[in-house]
Amino acid sequence: MTTIRILRTDVAIIGGGIVGASAALALRQMGLGVALLERDLCGSRSSGVNYGGVRRQGRPMSQLPLAQRAHRIWGRLPELLGTDGEYIRSGHFKIARSESDMASLERYRALSSDFDLGLELISAARLREQCPWLGSRAVGGSLCLEDGQANPRLVSPAFALAAQRAGAQVFERHKVDEVAHDGAMFMVRSGNALEVHAPVLLNCAGAWAGAIAEQFGETLPLRSGHPVMAVTEPVPHFMDWSLGVEGGGIYCRQVARGNLVLGGGAGIALDADRARVDRDAIATLAVQAVELLPALRHAHFIRTWSGTEGYLPDREPVLGPSRTTPGLFHGFGFAGAGFQIGPAAGEVLAELARDGRSSTPIEAFAIERFDPVSEPASTTASDALPH
Amino acid sequence: MTTTTTANELRPVIVGAGPAGVRAAQTLVAHGLRPVVIDEAPRAGGQIYRRPPTDLAQRTARTLYGFESKRADAVHEAFDALQGRIDHHPDSLVWNAQGQQLDVLHNPTRSTRRVPYSHLIVATGATDRVLPVPGWTLPGVYTLGGAQVALKFQGCAIGQRVVFMGTGPLLYLVAYQYAKAGVAVAAVLDTARLADQLAATPAMLTQPAVFAKGVYYVGWLRAHGVALHSGVRPLRVLGDEQQGRVTGVAWHDGHEERTLACDAIGFGYALRSETQLADLLGCRFDYAPMHRAHLPVRNAAGRTSVEGVYLAGDGAGIMGADAAEWAGERAALALLADSGMAIDTARATALEHRIDRLTTFRRGLERAFPLPQDWAAHAPDDLVVCRCENVTAGTLRQTIAVNGADEMNRLKALSRVGMGRCQGRMCGAAAAEILAHATGQSVQQVGRLRGQAPIKPIPIRLVPCTEGDA
Ligand SMILES: Cc1cc2nc3c(=O)[nH]c(=O)nc-3n(C[C@H](O)[C@H](O)[C@H](O)COP(=O)(O)OP(=O)(O)OC[C@H]3O[C@@H](n4cnc5c(N)ncnc54)[C@H](O)[C@@H]3O)c2cc1C
Ligand SMILES: Cc1cc2nc3c(=O)[nH]c(=O)nc-3n(C[C@H](O)[C@H](O)[C@H](O)COP(=O)(O)OP(=O)(O)OC[C@H]3O[C@@H](n4cnc5c(N)ncnc54)[C@H](O)[C@@H]3O)c2cc1C
Repeated sequence: MTTIRILRTDVAIIGGGIVGASAALALRQMGLGVALLERDLCGSRSSGVNYGGVRRQGRPMSQLPLAQRAHRIWGRLPELLGTDGEYIRSGHFKIARSESDMASLERYRALSSDFDLGLELISAARLREQCPWLGSRAVGGSLCLEDGQANPRLVSPAFALAAQRAGAQVFERHKVDEVAHDGAMFMVRSGNALEVHAPVLLNCAGAWAGAIAEQFGETLPLRSGHPVMAVTEPVPHFMDWSLGVEGGGIYCRQVARGNLVLGGGAGIALDADRARVDRDAIATLAVQAVELLPALRHAHFIRTWSGTEGYLPDREPVLGPSRTTPGLFHGFGFAGAGFQIGPAAGEVLAELARDGRSSTPIEAFAIERFDPVSEPASTTASDALPH
Repeated sequence: MTTTTTANELRPVIVGAGPAGVRAAQTLVAHGLRPVVIDEAPRAGGQIYRRPPTDLAQRTARTLYGFESKRADAVHEAFDALQGRIDHHPDSLVWNAQGQQLDVLHNPTRSTRRVPYSHLIVATGATDRVLPVPGWTLPGVYTLGGAQVALKFQGCAIGQRVVFMGTGPLLYLVAYQYAKAGVAVAAVLDTARLADQLAATPAMLTQPAVFAKGVYYVGWLRAHGVALHSGVRPLRVLGDEQQGRVTGVAWHDGHEERTLACDAIGFGYALRSETQLADLLGCRFDYAPMHRAHLPVRNAAGRTSVEGVYLAGDGAGIMGADAAEWAGERAALALLADSGMAIDTARATALEHRIDRLTTFRRGLERAFPLPQDWAAHAPDDLVVCRCENVTAGTLRQTIAVNGADEMNRLKALSRVGMGRCQGRMCGAAAAEILAHATGQSVQQVGRLRGQAPIKPIPIRLVPCTEGDA
């Protein structure tokens, strides 16, 4: 009666962001069958619209093993994806605007010394000499020479294309409407078009992953956040580093064409799927930008945008096995900082799918850190076996 | 707003002081309201009735607007008569809309303020629709509208010996205006075929006076020895590399390649609506086959999908200046009715009928001056489509073939087309043609670029103004 296509495979993935797509690629490299369902276009959400910061510096210690793993993947990008995605190890410089900022950068360097980030503290005097373009509020900072930046619009779709070339079945414009588990197999259905049956399911649905988790009785305090982005017209090239500020507020980088990409502040949600910048945030960003980089005082903003990213209260992701449903693994909630670690999160999910455990420590990201499970919200998932 | 609202509580804002915006303002004032009128231009009049700066106003309306001078005078006088009864913000760009407030950049002072509104009439008009030709980035190449603005606003010509090319009603009009102003018009090169024009005649005759004007321009040009070629395919703008300027143009006339010397070119393929504000306001868009574009949806009265937001004039589909006046008045009546005020419903119906009758004529125009369907097929790979980001037709095709881009926003993300200063307002139509052609889809299927603030570039160092004191 119905012409729905049924597909059996080893692993089903919901979400074609950088996490889901890199998991698909890693799974193919392990020789497992993969079907990825993306409701829109792969890499068109957070993963494709973010600032493009590829940095380890400043991350909590819990994330550094993952970030280091990701760093190695980023280093192999052309080989992996067939494109460099404009990834460059330009250096990431974290600015201190006070002595106490400087002290906390120093503490961070000491704390992260096990991780080989190669952080170098730069004094005010040296900064003046080396970066005459930097505004006078910077009293120093910390440089991570091997951190860098990339073009998310290119990188994230490229992960999905690479996965596809490696044999993953990628279904774009396939929204997952229903998921169920019969104790052994998952059923993932997209409208009347496709039903994927697989013993393993990866929930990589970004800011929307909470709805999937809920179907398996896992309620999470996941909320959406909307970082503000703006870009200037091209100006003569003056800056190689990607800049951040200790304590947050603003970050910026200059791309090869000369445009500056800036971020900072929070935007507004138009609906569950779409977001836009906020006028006050643009104003604040503009003031901070000129203060940080006086060269920008005559520049124009030509475009602004935002995106929708998932945040958990402790700003750590959920990465690991479901606690209700064997074979289900989550990877979401990257709190505005998942672009750099995304490819490593993908590899970890692939390992979990194959072996049930990962070679990178992920205990800090266990779903168990939240409240106990509730009743499954969906009857279709009611067969799920709590473990 | 509910029916209990009084006139004093309403804060209607009109964006655009062209024929649509002016008539909307006049109608609101006649009903006792005090609208805010915001326009980027220093003086009201819009595109067609653009007024030169006061210190340059030595040319009479008759020389500036020709047959349109009476209408121009009428619109200008209507606007001037509103002084003191509206709040006019000239030189003011609406660059963002958020939460019932517009963000407005006052250009001379680079200051920005928020203008709250209870109701909004969007009458943002149109700009040229561009299909690039190799060499179009050379100095000396202008759009038809740009060429006309130079003449109307600044009182100067784009060159001494000018070729006008492309298609659309503006093609012959601007050529005529230039020739009348004493500029040597070397040729008019129309991509439409005579057969197109003949086939469209019955529809065009539904507006005999307008049709007659068009016939008159063509006849006048011919009588004054201007070469008129139809059914051409523009090949390239010839340029002097040293001087970096136009030296001529090459085209195909159906049989052979031909060239002609000139020092400036005005080109364009009719107009495209300015829709970003409607987009930022959240208006629903739909594909409009007659306009070959995705446009904000409005009903016959000008109501959009967003409560309290109305559209009038060319900003929601190119219908011309007369229809813009009627649509402006009609939208204002809708706003008044929605606010619980008594309006002349017979007048409202009559306006709708007039606009409706014009639609047949508009179809005729599209038929007479169709967008060349084979443009994308002939666009060479090294043709720059997006000037801001220097994206060529070849890059677009490559992006489509290699990365599988099949939709406008994906094409933008992967190729940078439409990412520069103009945000796709100039290159969007051409990029959509290339994408549709390369993927075998319709222009409807490839979708449209999503709008983002700012509508036009804004200085990073904006001076904030006291809030809300519009
Ligand atoms: C504006 C912005 C700036 C940022 N800047 C940085 C930065 O500089 N550096 C950094 O490291 N990180 C940054 N981040 C964070 C980073 O972009 C994200 O953490 C990362 O991209 C998350 O990847 P993801 O794959 O989990 O999510 P996403 O990219 O959001 O992918 C999830 C996908 O799931 C799909 N989906 C959802 N529900 C369904 C369903 N039911 N069926 C099918 N598909 C579904 C969505 O369409 C989406 O494509 C930023 C984020 C934003 C929004
Ligand atoms: C360059 C050009 C020349 C034309 N010449 C002719 C002609 O000679 N004869 C003819 O019949 N038709 C001509 N047309 C078509 C004619 O202009 C329109 O049919 C008519 O003007 C439509 O009126 P309108 O009120 O809808 O918009 P317009 O007259 O286009 O007025 C729109 C106004 O909105 C303002 N505006 C737009 N966006 C913003 C913003 N974000 N913030 C603030 N202000 C904004 C603009 O500055 C403009 O003044 C021309 C069109 C163009 C573009």
